[in-house]
Amino acid sequence: MSVLSLPKAFGSFRFLSLSLLVSLGILLTVACGSEAPPAPPAAQQAPVAPGTVAESAPAAPVAEESDTIKVGILHSLSGTMSISETAVHDAELLAIEEINAAGGVMGKQLEVVIEDGASDWPTFAEKARKLLQEDEVAVVFGGWTSASRKAMLPVFEANNGLLFYPVQYEGLETSPNIFYTGATTNQQIVPAVEYLLEEGKTKFYLLGSDYVFPRTSNLIINKQLQAAGLEAVGEEYTPLGHTEYSTVIAKISSAEPDVVFNTLNGDSNVAFFKQLKDAGITAEDLPTISVSVAEEEITGIGADNITDHLVAWNYFQTTDTLENAKFVAAFQAKYGEHRVTDDPIEAGYFGVYLWKAAVEKAGSIDVAAVKEAAKGISFAAPGGAVTIHDTNQHVSKTVRIGKVRSDGQIDEIWNSGAPVAPDPYLDTYDWASGLRELAQAQ
Amino acid sequence: MEVWALQLFNGLSLSSILLLTALGLALSFGLMNVINLAHGEFIMVGAYTTYALQQVASHYTGDPQAGVTFLIAIPASFITAAAAGYLVENTVIRFLYRRPLDTLLATWGVGLFLQQLARSIFGAPNVQVVAPAWLSSTVSITSGLLLPMKRIFIIGLVLACLGGLYWYMYRSNEGRRMRGVMQNREMAASLGVSTRRVDSFTFALGSGLAGVAGCALTLIGPIGPSLGTFYIVDAFIVVILGGLGQIPGTIMAALIIGILNTLFEFGTTAVVGKVLVFAMVILFLQWKPAGLMRARGR
Repeated sequence: MSVLSLPKAFGSFRFLSLSLLVSLGILLTVACGSEAPPAPPAAQQAPVAPGTVAESAPAAPVAEESDTIKVGILHSLSGTMSISETAVHDAELLAIEEINAAGGVMGKQLEVVIEDGASDWPTFAEKARKLLQEDEVAVVFGGWTSASRKAMLPVFEANNGLLFYPVQYEGLETSPNIFYTGATTNQQIVPAVEYLLEEGKTKFYLLGSDYVFPRTSNLIINKQLQAAGLEAVGEEYTPLGHTEYSTVIAKISSAEPDVVFNTLNGDSNVAFFKQLKDAGITAEDLPTISVSVAEEEITGIGADNITDHLVAWNYFQTTDTLENAKFVAAFQAKYGEHRVTDDPIEAGYFGVYLWKAAVEKAGSIDVAAVKEAAKGISFAAPGGAVTIHDTNQHVSKTVRIGKVRSDGQIDEIWNSGAPVAPDPYLDTYDWASGLRELAQAQ
Repeated sequence: MEVWALQLFNGLSLSSILLLTALGLALSFGLMNVINLAHGEFIMVGAYTTYALQQVASHYTGDPQAGVTFLIAIPASFITAAAAGYLVENTVIRFLYRRPLDTLLATWGVGLFLQQLARSIFGAPNVQVVAPAWLSSTVSITSGLLLPMKRIFIIGLVLACLGGLYWYMYRSNEGRRMRGVMQNREMAASLGVSTRRVDSFTFALGSGLAGVAGCALTLIGPIGPSLGTFYIVDAFIVVILGGLGQIPGTIMAALIIGILNTLFEFGTTAVVGKVLVFAMVILFLQWKPAGLMRARGR
């Protein structure tokens, strides 16, 4: 057995195997996006009263009798997902401050308990349990990835809590304890495909990160294309955090699609769009449409790398409503001129207001009463009117398709005209029959 | 035909990126046996140095694309990351040389610390470095074969780093002392070489090379606090496959993994391609545990 010159202590094979095992271990953890969480700053663990929030709050209020209502915010403030989730946390905090400044909910000030999910799904479940059992919060605003939502779901159901989840997702879920304020598939992906078909696109290339949201989305897109008598010219998945796209781009080029439907998530988008541009492919040669790239992500990608590509959402910072002008001004006044707003940020923001409206209608923070009162409740959100559905606890919202400008903002080029009712199981679409079973089998 | 030529180039390009990220690790892990999980974070330090420099330059010149800025950023990234490495070596690593497994935990912690530090300073969202115009072009070989200038530049940068490293290790007195210490610590020490100083310098050099990699990666990849985690695993695989302490082995390993990975990925999918490469590396190490090249036993 050969012994390395330096460390006499160990045979090289054991050392090497060990190192390799360690590397594999890291790869797995990184791939699952669950890097070990650094300890969040102490200030974020304790119930905080940031700015004007609940300054008069007593030290340990009892839920019902006190003059404050405790609410929880649970997002990743550290780890990989903090890239996206920090901004949603900011927006929810803004809404709570606005509500407090305007007199609170039913005359009671809101007291925020902020927890850090740390981009780690078991941590999300644990913190959700802590918020519900120890802090006894009336509602939690939080989550981003589907994995974090799925981890929290059983906790909210077992403790009969309330969760407002602000991000577009893959649908096929209706938990009685979750309100979904982001888009389900028929409010983003399905209309985006319909739009492209109307534009005369026939050769779709499906590119996504390798996890549940892109796979389910592409399952739906494939069925939708089939119904139109078409077939995707290619379907490719890359691991989360993948940064080398030259081969994928070569494959896309040789498949000669006329549009790329992009469900990549997170940092991979940066690498993909930079390298697409480097390969000399412009939006004019080959347009892409993305469902996970919003204003916040465009800042990191570099606007010049993604100019003229398409995105599908329910809200843009440029959306022209009075409410939005106010919202953007308030957000930038609080967090800085350079900050942008986007769809999940807006959904996080109006989620707080929807909950407030439901509580005031119910006259109580009791979960069953709030749920009952929430049916059909509307709010004039920055992106237009949103209404909670009578049965599935999603919201109806306007669908928008936009084109990225060279300054990183998005110009709307199409919208659905009226809010689209949520249909998480796509029951109203003929071609989607059997989707429930297919998705479960996957 | 053109597609294969392009794939060959893509393979070389991936190899050059792998080598660039692994070169520094070949020193800290390969030569010094520090299981340096903070290596990725030194890459990140380099990337953020480039970003910070560009912010400063565009503040004073008003031109975010100031082409020279990027060239200045390369040595600046090297120096910043090397300084960070020097600091980490002197405060943490130096106490752990006799316990390599503890370096794993310590550097993991250092890595997390650096990530959160970057988050506090620069914010959690990704930032953007504008590539200079002369790097944003393509070189057309034939009408259907366009090669991105950035990737050609990175290949050139790797060659320059290799040249510099060769000169340092084999032509300078510092490098001679370094090789002496790595080959036989006690003997070198008894001949009057300050092994403490050599350790610090070697680790700083490895970190500095990671910084250069970070600077180059701003051209093609995301720039965020967790950027290091995307590259660290591949860097370890390259160094381990190449054989510990063997720079030529590291080069060979980067070439083999880069080209095979691109080939497999083209034939299958990105996920399967990566799995195949992993499987081959593991099988190879079962056969030749010391990697492609091994130090002569004595």
